Amino acid sequence: MKFDPVYMFTIVMPQLLWAVPLTLFLTFGSSFIGNMLAVPVALARISPNPLLSLPARLFIFTMRGTPLLIQLYFVYYGLGQLIPGWMMRGFPFLRDGLWYALFAFSINTAGYTGEILRGAILAVPHGEIEAARAFGMSRWQVFRRVTLPRAVRICLPAMSSETILLLKATSLASLVTVYEVMGTATTIRVDTFRVYDTLIGAGIVYFILVFGLTRVLNWLEQRLNRDRMPISTSAPKPAAA
Amino acid sequence: MAADAHSLWATLAWGDQGYGDEFVKGVATTLFISFSSYAIGASIGMLGAWAKLCPVRSLNRAGEVYTTVVRSLPELLLIFLIFYLGTPALARLLILLHLADEGLQINPFFAVIAALGLIYGAYLTDVLRGGIQAVPKGQIEAAKAFGMHGTRRFTRIIFPQMIRFAVPGLGNQWLNITKDSALVSVVAQVNDIMSVGRSAANSTKHFIFYLSATAAVFMVVSAVSMVVFSRLEKRANRGVRRA
Repeated sequence: MKFDPVYMFTIVMPQLLWAVPLTLFLTFGSSFIGNMLAVPVALARISPNPLLSLPARLFIFTMRGTPLLIQLYFVYYGLGQLIPGWMMRGFPFLRDGLWYALFAFSINTAGYTGEILRGAILAVPHGEIEAARAFGMSRWQVFRRVTLPRAVRICLPAMSSETILLLKATSLASLVTVYEVMGTATTIRVDTFRVYDTLIGAGIVYFILVFGLTRVLNWLEQRLNRDRMPISTSAPKPAAA
Repeated sequence: MAADAHSLWATLAWGDQGYGDEFVKGVATTLFISFSSYAIGASIGMLGAWAKLCPVRSLNRAGEVYTTVVRSLPELLLIFLIFYLGTPALARLLILLHLADEGLQINPFFAVIAALGLIYGAYLTDVLRGGIQAVPKGQIEAAKAFGMHGTRRFTRIIFPQMIRFAVPGLGNQWLNITKDSALVSVVAQVNDIMSVGRSAANSTKHFIFYLSATAAVFMVVSAVSMVVFSRLEKRANRGVRRA
């Protein structure tokens, strides 16, 4: 076994790059579904009604208190076992590990982001909600127009680091036969016995992906918080009186 | 169904008829792996925080590269990398230095502990660095004015306060390391709780039952850890006025 950069860049890396869209699909797909699900989870968690808040608490604790690997195996092997055979034959997508991985990552994100969003919703200044009520908005309107947008802005930094963690976590999908970047690297490694080229190649790909995503999310954060940024120092200063 | 459920619980019996003892040993192994790699990670973290804050430029740069690289790669990939690349390299080094005989193979158990320790070293570096930086400058200046030298300043002023600021982050990383210890079951058979749960599930085909049992173990570990760390946080914050 030895490390051969030429082999890595000409043979391994192109195959890994072809797998990047699948990694990104898993990341953005489960981030989108998970963040959507996080809203009802967070609302149920804050609710004064124990019938809503206790299940939400239990859900969040389960998602945060157990390894994602177990959740993934549970969904893939456990829930997969419950699906009757005729459905497996009728719907080919039920045989594809990708959808199980997407589901597992989505509910995991819902748990983590639900807890983040809960804090953010509680951090929305009370005056803003009172002002919206004074305008005669209904509870739903207040939530949709004032509370939620404000809460999302408050927890944006936490949500973007959650997304970076999710991008890295999608590598677990390789364990349920999904050929994303890690899965492709593992396949090449097992087929060719080239340990160094494949693992270092995958490392380079993930490093670039994480670097790029961090940049995009920072840009998004600045874009969404534009009104709160300090006024640009490049603006012409008023002439001294 | 009732009889079926009864026999399911019976498979958790103690001894060679059930998985009960394997589960308990698995929990002990997982906790041992987590503790040892956390200790290694905390030591690396202290070194890393020192490297990042010391006035030597090249050490700052090295600390920065270490944390950036580790934090931007998936843990699973890092475990593979250290397991397949790091341990043979270390074995080669030991043989070259005549510290070991030809054909040395590093125990996979130590390899996974080293891998987790190296990964969490990076995360703990940033937690501890944040803690050190949160210590008010004036107190360090006051310590200098009292004539305390470097190590005494560290043990008396910086360390106790750093711990106070770092406890929440340390707790989070502890929770993460217990969960990430499940990943080592992918590279090596070290009979941790995840490997036991998986092999029980695979051989009995009761995936939901055994994976739930494994998940429950992790939840108990998390819940206990959370209580312990909130106690530690209270203790580290004693003597601080509460707002």
